Amino acid sequence: MLDIAIDRKTYPDRAGAPHLALAGLHLEAAPGEFVCVVGPSGCGKSTLLNVVGGLDRDVEGRVRLGGAPFADSTHDIGFMFQEPRLMPWLTVLENVLLVTDASAAAQRRARELLAAMGLADVLDAYPGRLSGGMQRRVALARAFVIEPKLLLMDEPFVSLDVPTANRLRAMLVEQWQRSGATVLFVTHDLREALALADRICFLSAAPGRVVLELPLALARPRAPDDAAVQALHAELLARHPELLAGLASDPDGTKDE
Amino acid sequence: MKAGADDSAPWPVAPMSARPALRRLRPQGDGWLRAASLAAFLALWQLAAWLFASSTLPPPATVFTRIAAETASLALPTHLAITLARVAVAFGLAMALGATIGIAMGRWRRLDALLDGWLVLGLNIPALVTIILCYVWFGLNDAAAIVAVALNKIPTVVVTVREGARAVDARLMQVAHAYRLPRLRTFTRVYLPQLVPYLMAAARSGLSLIWKIVLVVELLGRSNGVGFQLNMFFQLFDIAGILAYTLVFAAVVLVVEAAVLRPLERRLTRWRS
Repeated sequence: MLDIAIDRKTYPDRAGAPHLALAGLHLEAAPGEFVCVVGPSGCGKSTLLNVVGGLDRDVEGRVRLGGAPFADSTHDIGFMFQEPRLMPWLTVLENVLLVTDASAAAQRRARELLAAMGLADVLDAYPGRLSGGMQRRVALARAFVIEPKLLLMDEPFVSLDVPTANRLRAMLVEQWQRSGATVLFVTHDLREALALADRICFLSAAPGRVVLELPLALARPRAPDDAAVQALHAELLARHPELLAGLASDPDGTKDE
Repeated sequence: MKAGADDSAPWPVAPMSARPALRRLRPQGDGWLRAASLAAFLALWQLAAWLFASSTLPPPATVFTRIAAETASLALPTHLAITLARVAVAFGLAMALGATIGIAMGRWRRLDALLDGWLVLGLNIPALVTIILCYVWFGLNDAAAIVAVALNKIPTVVVTVREGARAVDARLMQVAHAYRLPRLRTFTRVYLPQLVPYLMAAARSGLSLIWKIVLVVELLGRSNGVGFQLNMFFQLFDIAGILAYTLVFAAVVLVVEAAVLRPLERRLTRWRS
């Protein structure tokens, strides 16, 4: 069980003055739950993930996973960033193996994951040769190869075309269901969140805190353009216009900022 | 605006390196051009030797005979080996220390501020001064000679590597951090590869500088090595001897560059092709 309680999180803005990014944010997730965090740009979504992932420790608050605050020795958190962030000097397989121990089991897992994502033919290719979509698949395999208890995803499918992004979402859901990981998925795209989440947490504008939680009971598999998703999307916009004002400006539901 | 979908280019990595020049050197097609250039050089040399007909400019044949004689007597190989050993040790020392200091200065701003003045000083002290002082302080021995050469080179290695350390991609370092990679693996597989172009640039310029300084060091305070021999030939006005040693030495430099540095660089930057 993931338990996040951030009292205050500030960081220096460009002028050096402290900017209050998050305040009084509470968020919990059950084991294996897929939680989407939705909020307008600049509401502190990425900051939240960096805090949870231990990349940013300058925070008043706590993050617990399975009852214990996690330490540097915690090896079961996967992280997917907005960009693929692969090491260009390592091959596809080496990139995935980079984050594991070198055991035979890890090798096998890496190969299986890459094969499941249709990358079996490019194991020895360098990332610079791959398309953006393929690079994200490698990053997705890298996130799952460690068999994470918690997977943090920071708008991982932005700037992809619609079919590529949908394919990646389907792969993500498939691997998530197989792994039983808890997922914290940050996005500013409500339709994407509706297509993926068990529960959506809406953040306010900065300083960010959870202002609405929305459990979803839609059947899987689903896609952002499914009728049920569309209907729920329209209903939400009608019901919470002020809350979602920052999110409604995305007419085709998929993104290209 | 985000870049378009499926743009395949990952972020650029340190652009600085001798790559364009290297590419130009590689194609096989211009091999005959190089041979022609070498032949033209020899022809001009021969022509000048004829024209001046002076003992101060011996023709190529004389010099090559001299190379053969010096090689047969083992004088040339011995002195050459001694000089190369000094070059190798001084080079290794300068690269290791320079890279360490450069990485540290690129990483910690305080240290950078602290050492920057020394660095400027180090860059601007004439090689001759370092050499003289080292001999005066540490005696006329090999250790002093090597320290003097290394001290001349370290500042330029520091400057180049520091540039690389400053350009390290924080986003890739975050990946290492997020996945809790062990320190050693983070250093060797995430950090160091980003410095490779800078290290290679430092190595190339370092080698060419160190060759030259080692000869001066030998001339001033050693009783063996190519520099010492050149000085002797100079005293005896033995120009054929000077040219013979110079030619062989230059050939060795070329071989090291072509057989060691270039293949190494190609291997390390294979992923870019």
